Amino acid sequence: MTPPRRRPRLPDRVLAVGAALTSGAALVVALAIAPPDAMQGQAQRLMYVHVPAAWLAYACFALVLVASVAYLLRRDLRWDRRAQAAGELGVGMTALAIVLGSLWGRPVWGTWWVWDPRLVTTVVLLLVYAGYLSVRGLGDDRDTGARRAAAVGILGFVNVPVVHFSVVWWRTLHQPATVLSPDPAPMDARMALALLLAVVAFSLAGWLVLRRRVRALAEHDGALPPQDLPAGPRIVVRAGARP
Amino acid sequence: MTSGAQVGRRKPWRLLTLAVVVLAAVGVLAATGLQGSLVYYKTTSELVADPGLQGERLRLGGLVAPSSVSRGPDGVSFLITDGVHEVRVVNSESPRGVFTEGQGALVEGVYGADGVFRSDLLLVKHGNEYKAPERAGEVPTVSEVSR
Repeated sequence: MTPPRRRPRLPDRVLAVGAALTSGAALVVALAIAPPDAMQGQAQRLMYVHVPAAWLAYACFALVLVASVAYLLRRDLRWDRRAQAAGELGVGMTALAIVLGSLWGRPVWGTWWVWDPRLVTTVVLLLVYAGYLSVRGLGDDRDTGARRAAAVGILGFVNVPVVHFSVVWWRTLHQPATVLSPDPAPMDARMALALLLAVVAFSLAGWLVLRRRVRALAEHDGALPPQDLPAGPRIVVRAGARP
Repeated sequence: MTSGAQVGRRKPWRLLTLAVVVLAAVGVLAATGLQGSLVYYKTTSELVADPGLQGERLRLGGLVAPSSVSRGPDGVSFLITDGVHEVRVVNSESPRGVFTEGQGALVEGVYGADGVFRSDLLLVKHGNEYKAPERAGEVPTVSEVSR
């Protein structure tokens, strides 16, 4: 007899609905209510996806830092799985921010790419955390890999403030930050609303993705019984363990 | 599952040390390699103050002086300023992006002895303010790219 399909957990459903609603609201405000920028024009609307992607990436790498420290202190693989999931999402969001930034730069700056300090350090950030994801698999066993990854996950975080402050420390083509800045600049209230909704939408969706990914990693590690199996042979694993 | 129990070996530490060294090198490179000699662009005052920069390919950034833009057979010409010094720029192609008078620009080229900066790349540098257009419907259009 096959185990019944489990319905999605309540927190996941809440996150999914929340993400869907805020995404919808963000889309409406970003595309229909917020004005185009006086200098940049319609292309500026890419800010509503480029900036949340970048911020979510920073948040994910902060999660990697915390979970890596926790793993090294507790040697509990739960923390390593959380760190890995956060690292994966962070790398994806960094790559997305780079692509969206390029699409934004072409019509406004006039080029797809420049090697200015902001863009260079962002690429470095991407490479460092891509390395973080690879290091885990290089160990002889699960725990060695987790330990090495934790070290990289902690040290790699130094790149996050370097990327963020690159526009302050050095001359760049990329403009300084408007919101998260030592010297904030004005933003039209409708634009700020669209940005806020987009950040919330990205965060809720990201949180949902992390929860599901951590569960999937736990199943793979054998720490969780299989959750959504189609008809097939039963696989007996340790019961009762939390992801 | 042997959680926590490991076969002790010295070798894995080499890999870890290498990773740490690489990361540190990357961090240091990012920090030092991008400052000092690798300033991303010069200002007009810096350009004018250093005769050694003449004839060298470099980037120049500043504001496009209002009412200074004209198109001629050589390309587009305008004055770029940092509020203190002005430099005439002649760019071989049409401006890209949302190039406008009174806004920021970044050019890449060579500063000649005649005091003219001849560039072949003209980009727009904008600030971090986000405002609605003063008059609804007045939205900058993207310049046509000639190449």
